[in-house]
Amino acid sequence: MSLEASPSPAPMLVVDDLRVSFPNRDGGRTEAVRGVSFTLGRERLGIVGESGSGKTQTGRAILGLTAPEGRVSARRLAFNDVDLLHCTPRQRRELRGGRIAMVLQDPKFSLNPVMCIGDQIVETLRAHTRLAAREARARAIAALRSVQIDNPERVYKLYPHEVSGGMGQRAMIAMMLIANPDLLIADEPTSALDVTVQLQVLAVLDALVVRRGMGLIFVSHDLRLVSSFCDRILVMYAGRVVEEVSARGLAEARHPYTRGLLNCLPKLGANRHPLPTLDRRPEWAL
Amino acid sequence: MGTVSAREAGIEAQHLRVTYRGFVAVADTSLRVDAGQSFGIVGESGAGKSTVLRALCGLAPVSSGTVCLVEKSAGETSNSRAPLPLPGTKPFRRLVQMVFQDPYGSLHPRQTVDRILAEPLAIHAIEDAETRIRRALDEVGLGTSFRFRYPHQLSGGQRQRIAVARALILEPQILLLDEPTSSLDASVQAEVLNLLEELRRRHGLTFIMVSHDLAVVTHMCERLMVMQRGETVELLTSADLAANRASHDYTRNLMEASTGFRRASTA
Repeated sequence: MSLEASPSPAPMLVVDDLRVSFPNRDGGRTEAVRGVSFTLGRERLGIVGESGSGKTQTGRAILGLTAPEGRVSARRLAFNDVDLLHCTPRQRRELRGGRIAMVLQDPKFSLNPVMCIGDQIVETLRAHTRLAAREARARAIAALRSVQIDNPERVYKLYPHEVSGGMGQRAMIAMMLIANPDLLIADEPTSALDVTVQLQVLAVLDALVVRRGMGLIFVSHDLRLVSSFCDRILVMYAGRVVEEVSARGLAEARHPYTRGLLNCLPKLGANRHPLPTLDRRPEWAL
Repeated sequence: MGTVSAREAGIEAQHLRVTYRGFVAVADTSLRVDAGQSFGIVGESGAGKSTVLRALCGLAPVSSGTVCLVEKSAGETSNSRAPLPLPGTKPFRRLVQMVFQDPYGSLHPRQTVDRILAEPLAIHAIEDAETRIRRALDEVGLGTSFRFRYPHQLSGGQRQRIAVARALILEPQILLLDEPTSSLDASVQAEVLNLLEELRRRHGLTFIMVSHDLAVVTHMCERLMVMQRGETVELLTSADLAANRASHDYTRNLMEASTGFRRASTA
């Protein structure tokens, strides 16, 4: 199987006209995602947008983690040959964590605070494979080592509050990868981390994605970071994809929103006071 | 305007040392920021940059070293004026205000914006709360329609504006900013940074800003300090940094990290 970025003829994930809506106070419904379509092969796809643009809800809908009051509809939502819209909860559970996994934003909130890190990894593993306790433990330690944690035996026994943000995030990546998923959805995996730690975590993620030939959906608001990491970028605004650009062609992005996102970051050495801000135009949200 | 707040003041720290039960968070840091200047502190988490800020405003236990306010022009210390307030006193706390990192955690969830803004006024026995609250909200670009909302009814950027308003309502001279935009989106970050610069120009404020984002710090500050594990690594100007004239390896690592991810083996 080719590990390189070229999308294979039969895409792993097909999303066609995905819509997610939530009830609002007036009794109507607010559409958070309004007709998003894309396909994904074994490649790194970035989804970029500001808060409220629907990027997280897109990722959650693929995984079946939309909040109970939310409604998901699509013309087609399929992972390999499984129809994600009409499959049984049991099928869903097998996919989730097993073949599709998700890394969440902040390890402080998304790890179980009263369970030691190693046991959480073992829990994921034993939910998807039948393994003896001792072997599961060995696999968990190996997983921690694979995300470049120096002393995995020690970290295994620690609780989430006892480790740093970067370490916690690496532990979460280890947990997500232990069942060998085909698709990893990373929702702002490094936003809660320092720049230097950010790069270490990304390097770990990158190595694993390349080595295992996984598909990756990288959700973030940091356009520059995403462009340095992904092959292809979807730019979302108000629940829609406003532009799709290849990471290398980012400089040629045409949509004013994409250009605005690129422009509003302060740059080293550039003297721009005040910073250009996004002048949101209503027609973008149409 | 109160008499105290009309003074322009800078801040100076000498040989600051902060320890928590034997753990040295800040080893020996000295800095001087003159009135009206803007100074940045960068470093990764655990470097002690937030602790320096907290020590400056009296929120961290300083085990040795001194903090004091300095007059606008260092040369003339006119006797006609009263001395600047000493650390730990109420007038000092009024002059030195802090904006915290996480707008989701630093506002009381059960208090309305109105109450959040009224509390510092009550503490410092400042009258005229009504107009001051209105003015503070105007200044941060929110308007009075936000006055009776709770923090959970505001977006992240709006919350950070409230946090800035809460600090500014006391008419401070020195604003300590602890990662004021790191939990905000890129587009909202630009808006908050612009607001801070505008306020600084309008009120002649002195800024000390902590961030792990070099681009943000060089954008906002003229001079900066790089910290690592409680030690000062390097002091330099933003222009030097932008022109790649950092002398220390650690600073260069930070600079490289801020340019984005680079695949080690793309060859």
